[in-house]
Amino acid sequence: MIRLDNISITVGTFHLPNVSLEIERGRYAILMGKTGCGKTSLLETICGLRKPSSGSVWLQDVDVTRYAPGDREIGYVPQDLALFPTYNVAEHLEFGLKLHKASPSQLKQRRDETAEILGITHLLRRPIDGLSGGEAQRVALGRAIAVEPSVLLLDEPLSALDEETRDEMLELLQSLKEATNVTTLHVTHNLAEAERLADCRYRLSDSVLEHVAID
Amino acid sequence: MGGISSCFLLLIVLLIAADLAFTSLADFKNVLAKPEIRASIRLTLLSCTVSAILSVIVAIPLGYLLSRFRFPGRFLIDTLVDIPIVLPPLVLGLSLLILFHLPIGSSGWELETWLRDEVGFPVTYRWPAVVIAQFAVACAFAIRTMGVTFDQINPRAEDVARTLGCTRLQAFVQIALPQSGRGIIAALTIAWARALGEFGPILVFAGATRMRTEVLSTSVFLEMSVGDLNAAVAVSLLMVTIAIVVLVALRGLGARRWRLGTLTGDRTR
Repeated sequence: MIRLDNISITVGTFHLPNVSLEIERGRYAILMGKTGCGKTSLLETICGLRKPSSGSVWLQDVDVTRYAPGDREIGYVPQDLALFPTYNVAEHLEFGLKLHKASPSQLKQRRDETAEILGITHLLRRPIDGLSGGEAQRVALGRAIAVEPSVLLLDEPLSALDEETRDEMLELLQSLKEATNVTTLHVTHNLAEAERLADCRYRLSDSVLEHVAID
Repeated sequence: MGGISSCFLLLIVLLIAADLAFTSLADFKNVLAKPEIRASIRLTLLSCTVSAILSVIVAIPLGYLLSRFRFPGRFLIDTLVDIPIVLPPLVLGLSLLILFHLPIGSSGWELETWLRDEVGFPVTYRWPAVVIAQFAVACAFAIRTMGVTFDQINPRAEDVARTLGCTRLQAFVQIALPQSGRGIIAALTIAWARALGEFGPILVFAGATRMRTEVLSTSVFLEMSVGDLNAAVAVSLLMVTIAIVVLVALRGLGARRWRLGTLTGDRTR
């Protein structure tokens, strides 16, 4: 469950006042809105990377407003993916697991499971330099879900992909949604993505977050 | 544009060529035969290496701090870093001398006296003064280099690492630091080169005692002051040679790390 209670965010001259939102456990929510309207800032606030000027963030019925980002059990895929340049694909999948002190057998099992789900087993030993857009996207997604987060935050994850790869990734996200049942907030500009994936939809417009009914 | 740039390159080449034309192989042999010059070469290599390593050790965290964080007093720290760069070298040496010999309080406590009598590590007019004088300037350049290095590394990867459970320190050590390998080598190179060229602060703070605090820059000064211009030029060319060898070696190390990283997918480890 993701709940925002009257969250206000200030970034320089930009101000997003009193945003409230509730996404039930296991639901896949899509957040749409114009560029620069504060969608990424909202995700960063849920992650704990940005402090809200007021209000509170609740995840799985716990007020995490003052929690460090790593204590929130979040999987985050930023728009630019932000892969780790000095790590190979396997190390990306193992990164969070090592921090969570997984045993070597757990680490290997979870890494291989994640790679299998995402279809990147053949890439495990590859450096990230030569990955295609779709492969890099899968690695970023794998890094986020390997730790089995309670909440998944995706910031325009498919925006830089070509049509064919986008369709493949949409299918993958759909199967992930069914397989993991993780509460997800997915930011996108693309209506087709919203229609295909969303259990519920929100629009951020003129600093107001509104629920959009699904036909 | 090309013409203007070549004028500068031509000037440097002509400077070295003039030095080479002025001196002879015999002059080189003569200076290398002098025990004080050999001691000077040893102290130069050691002190430059120690001050460059110390500079990088300080520059990595400070460069990261200035690059990543906005905090009260940041502007002041940023400005303080530039002071050794803009300060006249003699003033820096004089300031170091005053710092170590300034009587403090009614008891007249002095840093140098305390270091000499209590710690057993006298500094002024000894080799540690050479290292401190070199470090004071070289570190400022290393900090600026590391700052630019961290500016060019995407902080978003560290943010993602933090959402996965890293503390800020772990994100720095595990994500940012491995990416900064080439920047560290650049900072080490610049700090070493800067330390090699240091003269004013060393002369004032460490003196120019032969076989004790003499480094190559002071050797040039000492040879000139006794009127041996040939030896001064030979030592100058020796400095140029040492500088070229060390800088090429450090750059080669950087390039090798880059090539290895490209082949293995790991640029810095």
